[in-house]
Amino acid sequence: MSDLGVIFIGAFLVNNIVLMRFLGLCPFFGVSTRFESALGMGMAVIFVMTMASWITWFLYHVILLPMELIFLRTAVFILVIASLVQLVEMFLKKSVPALYSALGIYLPLITTNCAILAVTFLNIDYEFSPLEATTFAIGTGIGFTMVLLIFASIRERLDLYPIPRSLKGHAIAFIAASLVSLAFLGFVGLFGIAL
Amino acid sequence: MIVIKALIGLGGVGLIMGIILAIAYQKFRVEVDPKEEKIREILPGANCGACGYVNCDTYAHAVATGEAEPNLCIPGGSEVAARIGEILGVELEAKEKMISCLNCQGSIEVAPERYDYHGPKDCRSSYILLGGYKACTYGCLRMGHCVEVCPFDAIELGPEGLPVIDPKKCTGCGICVEECPKGVLSLVPYEQKVYIGCASHDRGKKVKDVCKKGCIGCGICAKVCPFDAIELVDNLPVIDYKKCVSCGICVHKCPTKAIVDRVKVRPYAIISTKCDGCGECVKVCQFKAIEGEEGKRHRVIRENCIGCGMCFRVCPVGAITMAGALGYED
Repeated sequence: MSDLGVIFIGAFLVNNIVLMRFLGLCPFFGVSTRFESALGMGMAVIFVMTMASWITWFLYHVILLPMELIFLRTAVFILVIASLVQLVEMFLKKSVPALYSALGIYLPLITTNCAILAVTFLNIDYEFSPLEATTFAIGTGIGFTMVLLIFASIRERLDLYPIPRSLKGHAIAFIAASLVSLAFLGFVGLFGIAL
Repeated sequence: MIVIKALIGLGGVGLIMGIILAIAYQKFRVEVDPKEEKIREILPGANCGACGYVNCDTYAHAVATGEAEPNLCIPGGSEVAARIGEILGVELEAKEKMISCLNCQGSIEVAPERYDYHGPKDCRSSYILLGGYKACTYGCLRMGHCVEVCPFDAIELGPEGLPVIDPKKCTGCGICVEECPKGVLSLVPYEQKVYIGCASHDRGKKVKDVCKKGCIGCGICAKVCPFDAIELVDNLPVIDYKKCVSCGICVHKCPTKAIVDRVKVRPYAIISTKCDGCGECVKVCQFKAIEGEEGKRHRVIRENCIGCGMCFRVCPVGAITMAGALGYED
């Protein structure tokens, strides 16, 4: 299996951003109550994550590294992600209004999604090339979307079942999430990819 | 030194991003019709889809571009239609206000169950199992799917297990009517006070066995209706709301009380001294509530009068008034 394939599967399943790295938990619990909103959020994340890892990669290697300003990367990356989301929102509103209305409120919400920032950092920590970084971002985004969809389906069913009153709402959601996370542990070692 | 570098670096990135955003704003700005924004503000924002558009945004766009009629918003009713009309500079009439009514009175006491159901407490889940756990296969499953889907919190499960619709909150958007797996909800004009409280197409004993308040398809309502507004279709009366005047005669004549009257207290008739004793009112009264000799002032028997107003309608000298109609408001 090629390197890119390994990176993709690693980001998608083995080191799933939500269930293995425990990042992006706010949208994971916030938006996973309904299937449709989960899908909208997932699509927006894939889109922005890919764009953000591209731009931050170049920013890091072209500006921050030569100027010896690596310690500023958190501030710079947050700045870049926030502006990027704004830019994408404007662009979509003008050029692809259908996509814009489909993503709706979830696009600006992504600004504060820690999973995006994490992916941009990981790209640099793993010393990825631009192509690898893109693959990693897409894999992570799809992994995030898949988990969100799985969990939205679980929660839609949870609503219908008799749950002890003290566990209703987020409590049972956390228990369910831990079980799904346990299930994902089974992917560790797939194609020789470690945690 | 490093501080200056950091300032330049971070400030530079911020400046570049700011400039890019400013240019992009100029380039990608979408001219939104100010009318559209105003209309969107007026709309209730429930995104119920009763107008036929996906949400309030698309409807506002359609109205602003002249694609859609401005009076389609059912939750907003006449008020919203009038205000949109103001913006567009046209006068409009609102659509008739409708409210949702439950065509079933099969409460826990009245309608027994045919098997014990222990599944998820949801109408749709229950419906999958042979059409529900209730002995009556037409009736409401009492699990409140309509309560969940109502965007206006107008429905709640009452003490008898049946959903109760608040006529003040209900906007007639029709979501519950579509969502109900049993189809026992229907839209009725708000001004109309009478609706059929049963959905069973069975007859006689078959209905009696499964529900104490079910319609047995006897057709008495169709016979007694003075306005020919009721027709029996497949053993179930159907009210023609174009003809119905909500007199309530059918409600009182129904042997199983399967027709519901939304009026809580009906008025009663009073005959004044103008009465010349022609006897027209005695002929139309179906409840033997008027007595008196011909040529002399007639008298209303209060216990028998149901307040249908038939005598009031036929009196040639205008001697009859209806009094005590406190319950006409919901």
